Amino acid sequence: MDAAAVPGLVAVVLVSLVTLAIGTWGLRFSRTTSDFFVASRTVRPRLNASAIGGEYLSAASFLGIAGLLLIGGADMLWYPVGWTAGYLVLLVLVAAPLRRSGAYTLPDFAEARLGSRTVRAACSLLVVGVGWLYLLPQFEGAGITLRAAIGAPAWVGPVVVGAVVLANVTSGGMRSITFVQAFQYWLKLTALLIPAAVLLAVWWGDGRPSTGLGGGDWSVPVAGHAGDGGLGLYATYSLIIALFLGTMGLPHVVVRFYTNPDGRAARRTTVVVLGFLGLFYLLPPVYAALGRIYGDRIVESGRSDVLVLELPRVMLEGVGGDVLTGLVTAGAFAAFLSTSSGLAIAVAGVLTQDVTTRMVGDRGGVTAFRLAAVVAVVIPLVVALMVRNVGVAQSVGLAFAVAASTFCPLLVLGIWWRGLTDVGALAGLAAGGVGAGGAAVVTLAGYAPGGWAGALLGQPAAWSVPLAVVTMVAVSLLTAGRAPAHARRFLVRLHTPETMDAGRPST
Amino acid sequence: MATSRTANRLGDVTEQTALGDLYLRSLLTEQLRLALRVIGVLVLTLGLVPLLFHLAPGLADRRLLGLPLPWLALGVLVYPFLLFLGWRYVRRAERNERVFADLVGGHADED
Repeated sequence: MDAAAVPGLVAVVLVSLVTLAIGTWGLRFSRTTSDFFVASRTVRPRLNASAIGGEYLSAASFLGIAGLLLIGGADMLWYPVGWTAGYLVLLVLVAAPLRRSGAYTLPDFAEARLGSRTVRAACSLLVVGVGWLYLLPQFEGAGITLRAAIGAPAWVGPVVVGAVVLANVTSGGMRSITFVQAFQYWLKLTALLIPAAVLLAVWWGDGRPSTGLGGGDWSVPVAGHAGDGGLGLYATYSLIIALFLGTMGLPHVVVRFYTNPDGRAARRTTVVVLGFLGLFYLLPPVYAALGRIYGDRIVESGRSDVLVLELPRVMLEGVGGDVLTGLVTAGAFAAFLSTSSGLAIAVAGVLTQDVTTRMVGDRGGVTAFRLAAVVAVVIPLVVALMVRNVGVAQSVGLAFAVAASTFCPLLVLGIWWRGLTDVGALAGLAAGGVGAGGAAVVTLAGYAPGGWAGALLGQPAAWSVPLAVVTMVAVSLLTAGRAPAHARRFLVRLHTPETMDAGRPST
Repeated sequence: MATSRTANRLGDVTEQTALGDLYLRSLLTEQLRLALRVIGVLVLTLGLVPLLFHLAPGLADRRLLGLPLPWLALGVLVYPFLLFLGWRYVRRAERNERVFADLVGGHADED
């Protein structure tokens, strides 16, 4: 290890220590099982929005986008736009009703709405599947980052992230994680903002060399790489559908809404999140634009995915470059920690309710949660260590497509349509899950045919979401007699303000 | 007193009566219409962008404030736009709920 590795090493150690320290501090507030799962539902909008931002802005946001923009150009802007717009769709369709449903997790919602253990089991399976699909690229990205920052072997990153996440999640649960993630949003924003400002000043001092922003395909916001004409247009729209509709179905996003005090707060939290995400996503294009000018060598060596980490040293020599490198490394590491923590909590929450509580019996609510957290982290960690190069952006995009094709129709129809039946929900989940999930598995396995077949498999959302919706509605209509008797009472609860206390059980 | 009246009307909404059906249907329709309107705006603005640039790729070289149009629109302006849509939605959704609460005769959402 040489001197160049020192700033990165210091950054990683500091972020890990501060994360553990805040987690321990939050522990003082974390007493009951309810604290563990949903922080006893007392988290205020601003703190909760910071936590959501901290949790949501993953490795793909912090590192991935800048690199994608550098290589792919303006059509990659749809990633940050979609990740933000997804929250707007979530806000108008599900935020307040989801909170008012009074359920802990997605499977809880499905069971309460449809009164079916089978639908519950299907949802649990999907939460674990989507959660693990999303955890894989986090661990993988951690490996890439530590290799770039301190020259560590690829297995070090995943193991360090897994260990810190496990320590935090098992000790404090949701309550302490809320503080940790709120801190990590601001850390990530600072770690991207300050270097961007300094590097822009350097660029200005260099006499503002042409941004090179224009020019040919680089500024056209339609996928060109997939082929010209209709193919590129299809790929772009399919990505937009997956991202806009998939956000509401991500397990770690949904679980956050139960920590709001009421439906009103859930809405207000979401608006603050929209602001926080927008603020953050202004920054990656700055790195991409500077990379177009200064980053030729980074592109040539095929390391555009670590553009954010390497650009400071390319543009700035000496101590300045070292300090900025340390800062961006800290931000990247925080990104892995916070997103992995959120996913671990969500997956562990579901595993606790449906698996481990039965194993340890009634007495050990917290013990069951800890056991579940270990399973939730260790399995994807082992897979990440065995499988190499799943592709961070691709894997994240497919997780969105699966969520958009399964949980999105279930939530939207369950909240707005009395006629949804258990059989209809199962059929829709199966159609969307097998369709999008199958395409995801095939793509991750490395099968990539050209032309339309490749586009349909690589970006399944444009066909799998309508397929799931149509199946869910059609089968529900065919089995209309099975619509649960309590459906209207449940809808009343979802849509009336808490202060009116309509049909609300006193929980 | 107002409280007993609230309980009665709320009973109407919760139990399946014609009046309760009407109340609930009006709230649901109102909120759903509001949600669809926001999504409609999203489709008609962001949703048309890929098609627009697909049909007229020359637009990508247009510059505004020193930035190429797509980068300005999708890299900067889109975020305040989304925030504005969200803020306006929350105000209207809360107003719908207040109207519903008044209709049912409660004193919900005082603050």
